[in-house]
Amino acid sequence: MRTLVALVLAASSWPALAALNIFACTPEWASLANEIGGERASIFSATNALQDAHHVEARPSLIARARRADLVVCTGAQLEIGWLPLVLTQSGNPKIQPGQRGYFEAASAARMIEVPQRVDRAMGDVHPAGNPHLHLDPRNVASVAKALAQRMSVLDVQDAGYFLDREIAFQKRWQAATLRWEREAEPLAGMPVVVYHKDLSYFIAWLGLREIGTLEPKPGVPPSAAHLAELLASLKQTPVKAVVRAAYNDPRAADWLAQQAQVPAVVVPFTVGGTDGAKDLFGLFEDTIARLKAALR
Amino acid sequence: MVRTWLCATALAVAVFPVRAQDAEVEKLRGEVRELQERMQEVEKPRAAGENAFNPAVSLILQGTAARSSQDPADYQITGFAPSGGEVGPPPRSFSLGESELSISANIDPYFRGQMTAALTPENEVEVEEAFFQTLALGGGFTLKGGRFLSGIGYQNEIHQHAWDFQDAPLAYQAFLGGRFNDDGLQLRWLAPTDLFLEFGAEVGRGREFPSVAQSKNGAGAWSLFGHAGGDIGASTAWRAGLSYLYAKPENRAFEDLDSLGNPVTQSFSGTSKLWIADFVLKWAPNGNATVTNFKLQGEYFRRDEAGTLAYDDSAQSAPQFGTAFSGTYASRQSGWYLQAVYQFMPRWRAGLRFDQLDSGTVSNGIIASGAGPTATDFALLGTPHDPRRTTAMVDWSPSEFSRIRLQLAEDDSRAGVTDRQALVQYIFSLGAHGAHRF
Repeated sequence: MRTLVALVLAASSWPALAALNIFACTPEWASLANEIGGERASIFSATNALQDAHHVEARPSLIARARRADLVVCTGAQLEIGWLPLVLTQSGNPKIQPGQRGYFEAASAARMIEVPQRVDRAMGDVHPAGNPHLHLDPRNVASVAKALAQRMSVLDVQDAGYFLDREIAFQKRWQAATLRWEREAEPLAGMPVVVYHKDLSYFIAWLGLREIGTLEPKPGVPPSAAHLAELLASLKQTPVKAVVRAAYNDPRAADWLAQQAQVPAVVVPFTVGGTDGAKDLFGLFEDTIARLKAALR
Repeated sequence: MVRTWLCATALAVAVFPVRAQDAEVEKLRGEVRELQERMQEVEKPRAAGENAFNPAVSLILQGTAARSSQDPADYQITGFAPSGGEVGPPPRSFSLGESELSISANIDPYFRGQMTAALTPENEVEVEEAFFQTLALGGGFTLKGGRFLSGIGYQNEIHQHAWDFQDAPLAYQAFLGGRFNDDGLQLRWLAPTDLFLEFGAEVGRGREFPSVAQSKNGAGAWSLFGHAGGDIGASTAWRAGLSYLYAKPENRAFEDLDSLGNPVTQSFSGTSKLWIADFVLKWAPNGNATVTNFKLQGEYFRRDEAGTLAYDDSAQSAPQFGTAFSGTYASRQSGWYLQAVYQFMPRWRAGLRFDQLDSGTVSNGIIASGAGPTATDFALLGTPHDPRRTTAMVDWSPSEFSRIRLQLAEDDSRAGVTDRQALVQYIFSLGAHGAHRF
């Protein structure tokens, strides 16, 4: 009898032990899911910080992971359009299809910038819903965290309290950190920079840096010699303080331009794991600001 | 309301600038930010899925400018029964390739639909794929129905514009007519493991080679396949598979030349069993394929056919025999290819492919009986020949939507003749950003 009771108890507590299985498209959303989910979420990141989330392949390993996911957390705004739709349709998992509760797009909760008035591929790889690299504005991270915590609570009602408590705690720390970063980054206001891809736009808009040019002639088009020469010439008119690239970008063009223009080449983590300092979302912003400030000196 | 709040906050900040302690300023800042966020929330755009309710539409434009030392019109793979598909090099000079129009969308929460039509340079429309696929079956199951590229092998499911060479490997040309896309049903099951393990079964009408369209109830062809795949570290991904295709063609006819050079009709009835072993391995530093990446791909085909062969030249005005012959026919033939493609810098890739077929063992009852036609009367099936081809290519992709390719090949598909081919190909992709298979 006692064993039976123990068994029943064990069985009834089983769902609470089963962690919410999350498939995150990018490391920043894996990190955010971890802030909220803690030990009651099992999180897989489909990409690492040295990969370009535009150009990932629908690898068999991703399909296998998506098969068992309860929730897919992606950026949306067509960032993952080159691979995610295939992963989802091949996963045989109805829970995570677009439109279902198990499919979450950060873009649905964020404020988008650089939403094109018209879209034409002559403009490069533009995204109709706006610039998809939205996580580099901490205010977006805050609103995504809120929406994500709600979604996780809906999917795992038993752990809803746990998730929402963690989200509130995260928001508190995040709010304080954001204010601290804004203060620390005051010297960065007005700092003219050249970037590799338009993937730092949210960060630049948040802290008021000035983007003078991009190494890519058009979004998604690799830097060409002609464009770099043109850019270098324009830097004679409008000097910049740094050439900034994300950890996943090819270093050659950025290093060349920095050397020619005699300004520092700055590597920013871009996402969690991009540098040693970017261990989590807090480290991501701290390290990015520190690296840019170092270039000012 | 929001404005009043903002004004009040601004006033508060302005009135007590000196006395305000750091903590208070912080608090006020926080309030302002909160309000800003609330305002932003109102302005927030809604993320729309695939073009709102319109299906995703994409169009592929392709074309070639080609030279070849042999006339592509009389292309054949000696030793193998013609597969009737689009085989052989593209026509000489400038030529439009197949323009692929693809339309896809979710139909409802339960189904997804896709159609890919190929507009051929001969001004015909070919339905390459038109299928529905389930989204909500669950348990790792997916059911597909309609006409679709079969899941057998590796390259079979990849659309032509995504191939690494302009043409299909010889094994695909000889054993599947370029690719196998039957009308039927496909059921796939994905195992709930971290290792990618997928199993699939298909039944179809058998409307194309190695089968032949028949007016008959029931399935004319069926197949089974299994694939496994995974990652090795962050840089390497792989997939390997084994497939089996069974078909029962009835009067699969083709035209050949007899020893006098006159056309004769031969037709095969019996069973055709095809095994395919495939693998692909992709490498990119840290899994970031944008600068350099490498892809190695290979497949091995083995086909056993057994049944009867009919030989008939009676339709000719001056036939050599004037009567129809029939005899047992059995063959075991095989083929393989191995190809490697390396992106050595952004935009630039180079690739090399080696193809080989083995005409294997053929037992032809008509020849063996000695009653009529001899081996020389079977130009195709009676000539043992192991076709080989070596192909090299370099392609340049200004963006992910455009590609221009130079391809050179030395092709010994025809017995005793070497065909040297050179071509320039363009591939442009318009419209919706299609996702490519691994």
